[in-house]
Amino acid sequence: MDGSKPASDAKQPKIAGTPIFDGEAARKGYALNKMCFSFNSADNRAAFLRDEDAYCAKYGLTPAQRDAVRRRNVLDMIAAGGNIYYLAKLAGIFGLGVQDIGAQQTGMSVEAFKEKLAAAGR
Amino acid sequence: MARVVGAITTSHIPSIGGAIAKGRQLEPYWKPFFDGYAGAHRWLAEVRPDVAVVIYNDHGLNFFLDKMPTFAIGAAPEYRHADEGWGLPVSPPFAGDPELSWHLIDSLIADEFDLTTCQEMLVDHAFTVPMSLLWPGATTWPVKAIPVVVNTVQHPLPSPRRCFALGQAIGRAIETYDRDLKVVVIGTGGMSHQLDGTRAGFINKPFDQFCLEKLIDEPAALTRYSAMEIVELAGSQGVELLNLLAARGTLQGQVSQVHRNYHVPISNTATGVLVMANQPAIRESAA
Repeated sequence: MDGSKPASDAKQPKIAGTPIFDGEAARKGYALNKMCFSFNSADNRAAFLRDEDAYCAKYGLTPAQRDAVRRRNVLDMIAAGGNIYYLAKLAGIFGLGVQDIGAQQTGMSVEAFKEKLAAAGR
Repeated sequence: MARVVGAITTSHIPSIGGAIAKGRQLEPYWKPFFDGYAGAHRWLAEVRPDVAVVIYNDHGLNFFLDKMPTFAIGAAPEYRHADEGWGLPVSPPFAGDPELSWHLIDSLIADEFDLTTCQEMLVDHAFTVPMSLLWPGATTWPVKAIPVVVNTVQHPLPSPRRCFALGQAIGRAIETYDRDLKVVVIGTGGMSHQLDGTRAGFINKPFDQFCLEKLIDEPAALTRYSAMEIVELAGSQGVELLNLLAARGTLQGQVSQVHRNYHVPISNTATGVLVMANQPAIRESAA
């Protein structure tokens, strides 16, 4: 015990391939998540599509967040503090669902990803 | 007095709402899932509850990271769904029961569950999809509803034990309410799934089946886990099991399984529905 931090569930050993959206991520990802939260509004979704740079600038995305959004790279958005529930609203703008996102993160085709899910039920 | 007639735990995947809107219930992909609700419909038609307490997690419709309560409860006369950003049709509004909400708030805070109280509250798919599944085709809902929101989004999450204890306190509160109401408690989310990271698509069928079994007659087998252990076993969003544990906690009497269905996959998720009846425990006569 070094006494520097309280014992916390979130500080347990990592689970492979599983991002934990904790206080550190919530602080780091605030601007990106706030932008994604704004996409509950159709007007805001349209504004993003009209001028993505201006919209990202308005929310003060960090360079890493802006770059990840530009490249539509979900793992990098998560590494920059994005939370998947908010990111799903961004993905929705591009017509991407959670299976498309899952395929992208696992480096599989969408069909292969769907087959992996179906296989898990057998 | 009010009583808890039972609890229903069910998945709440957004695409279910889309499938309902498009009338896809009989398509091969969807049929094994939707067929699994017939037993819940029969039970609800028989029991005819007056109120549904719906325990779920908000996914960024009502709550954002600016203010993230660990536990929150609605105290509004009406709850509305709204645009969530990815095209799910918006449900008709739900009537609340503010008088019962405030009874629950008074009782829960006296019981040391210090919830956030909400006189305005949007309800997201985790509330609306289960309502549409349980009362298909409803344009006006046959029950009044009270939302209870558990943070399963931002760690640290409340522990499984704490969520179960919250449910127990809700159950006690309902059963001290001086109106003759039948209350069904609905816990939504799960079963195993993970949307994020390189483990996306993780499903754990043996663990889900263990959970469905233990929810009925040995919830202590589930409350001994930490939230992080559940993330490992059920996936980072499978931790919505916390909502199911809270719903189970409200049942104070003899609990029996009425109906169960488990089907994999819908979207990225293993789905489960479980209907549990709550027979009043035999109480010592109040001499």
